[in-house]
Amino acid sequence: MDKWKQFFRDYGWCYLFIAVPVILFLVFTLYPVLAALVMSFQKYHVLNPKWIGFDNYRMMFQDEVFWKAMWNTFVFTVGTVPLNLFITLGLAILIFPRSTRTQTFFKAAFYLPTVMSGVTLALVWFWIYDPTESGLLNMFLGLFGIENVMWLGKSNSSLFSIMFMTYFINHGAGIILYLAALGGIPKSLYEAADIDHASEWSKFKNITWPLLKPTTLYLLVTSIILSFQVFMSIYLMTQGGPNFATTTIAYLIYEHAFVYYKFGLAAAESFVLGFIIILASIAQFKFMSSDVEY
Amino acid sequence: MAEIRTADTQMSTAALQKRESKRTVWRVISYVILSFWVLVTIIPMYWMVVTSFRDIGFSATFTPEWFPSSFSIATYIRFFTKTDAVQWLINSLFVSGVITLSNVLFASLAGYAFAKLRFPGRNMIFWVLLATMMIPAQATLIPIYIMVVNVFNLADTYIAVMLPFLVTVGNIFLMKQYMSTLPSTLIDAARIDGCSEFKIFRKVIMPISKPGVAVLAIFTFVSTWNEFFWPFLVTNSSGMRTIQVGLATFKFAETVDYGGLMAGSVIAALPMIVLFFSLQRYFLQGITIGAVKG
Repeated sequence: MDKWKQFFRDYGWCYLFIAVPVILFLVFTLYPVLAALVMSFQKYHVLNPKWIGFDNYRMMFQDEVFWKAMWNTFVFTVGTVPLNLFITLGLAILIFPRSTRTQTFFKAAFYLPTVMSGVTLALVWFWIYDPTESGLLNMFLGLFGIENVMWLGKSNSSLFSIMFMTYFINHGAGIILYLAALGGIPKSLYEAADIDHASEWSKFKNITWPLLKPTTLYLLVTSIILSFQVFMSIYLMTQGGPNFATTTIAYLIYEHAFVYYKFGLAAAESFVLGFIIILASIAQFKFMSSDVEY
Repeated sequence: MAEIRTADTQMSTAALQKRESKRTVWRVISYVILSFWVLVTIIPMYWMVVTSFRDIGFSATFTPEWFPSSFSIATYIRFFTKTDAVQWLINSLFVSGVITLSNVLFASLAGYAFAKLRFPGRNMIFWVLLATMMIPAQATLIPIYIMVVNVFNLADTYIAVMLPFLVTVGNIFLMKQYMSTLPSTLIDAARIDGCSEFKIFRKVIMPISKPGVAVLAIFTFVSTWNEFFWPFLVTNSSGMRTIQVGLATFKFAETVDYGGLMAGSVIAALPMIVLFFSLQRYFLQGITIGAVKG
């Protein structure tokens, strides 16, 4: 008994300090993960869940829309993440040699869309893509004699339109991180390269790129996780349509769970999504971090 | 001997000049690219503001104007009279405020405990918490929704909107990183003076952690203000919606009212834009704290 008293006197404060996060973790992370796993084997009803084994998984893998959603999510990720990373890095490298004041101006300008909500950005772009000449994009293309396009309303352009939008809104935080990392590269390395008459490209390839790898890895992992979960712009702009052309996994989960109330099926799908995201993150760490000294 | 040296110097002067002009060309090109990208990033927002001050009524087609030909606040009046926008703004302010305060308190407490206190299980608990950052929101969403709405019966309440966000692991990690850099001698001195652990936290740690706390508060406030999905799921009545959710429902209810939609978008974004410009320094420096170092 005394031992416990002593323990409590020594460490009581410490456990009290972390109590709230730990309780929230148990209730809102650990329990839900386990509950979702159980739910994915059930025909779920709040009062009377019924165990149905792998039926949800079978149904999911036989569903054409599920595979379409997987493909769309894959296309969206491949079409946005690498190109956006390239744009972010390119902009950061162009900004870096400028004076502090110019740097601050560009940082602020590129960061501005980041403080605005996804809802606002989706609504503005929804309008840019308006199928008539009221839309900014159609008006602009009209100057060159191009006819109005139903950007979001056609299955061959809708997913691309949502991808295209991301090329102009998501660079702020990445640019700032890259600028900080660029500032941390010792100047002497470049001076040494200059003595050897190294070309700009070889300086980038042999000094800049390797030393930026931790930042690149961080941005790659976070942006892939986010792009696997793309939902809001799709919900607000296309509702997954037309003809499932913009239905992503996250959107499908939303629909199955909160429109059709198929909680068991949605739980199975969300488990697959979670599994893919974790695998992808681990793969990137393995693949990218082998030669990062940090 | 002397002749050769002169030739050598002349050549290097020519090379230098060539290099200098190359630099100028590069500089011009880089400014052209940067300006173009800034314009494309900023134009949608500029256009949103300009259009919100035009009274275009409910016409589905109209010509976009680059420079406003008239000034009217009719769209704003319409947005505020047609919707519960005032209530939505109050809700957003309240929810974001409470979540920010709770994150400041609990993330600082836990961050301090993980950074500066020693107790059995400290590292294990910290790493378990950190590892859960990998679990995507979708995987836990459905059980959390069922728990909050069906089990706790909290649908359409402020508590439901706030509960899962009261303290995030990301914020604990940020505070731990920040507080590890504080000198331990101050804490030891206070302990020798007989301060209780909580008093040390309140009187010694918090005052010197202000820059870290400021960054945490700003980013938490902005991300909560912009949060869409969770409040969208757990609110039903118009009076409980946050501004983001309200704006989205307005979009689906008034499909032809582009003017009102742009006015609403400005209203939803304006507080964050003002916050960004008045606290720009914290925004631009804050991103690099805790993001890359890990």
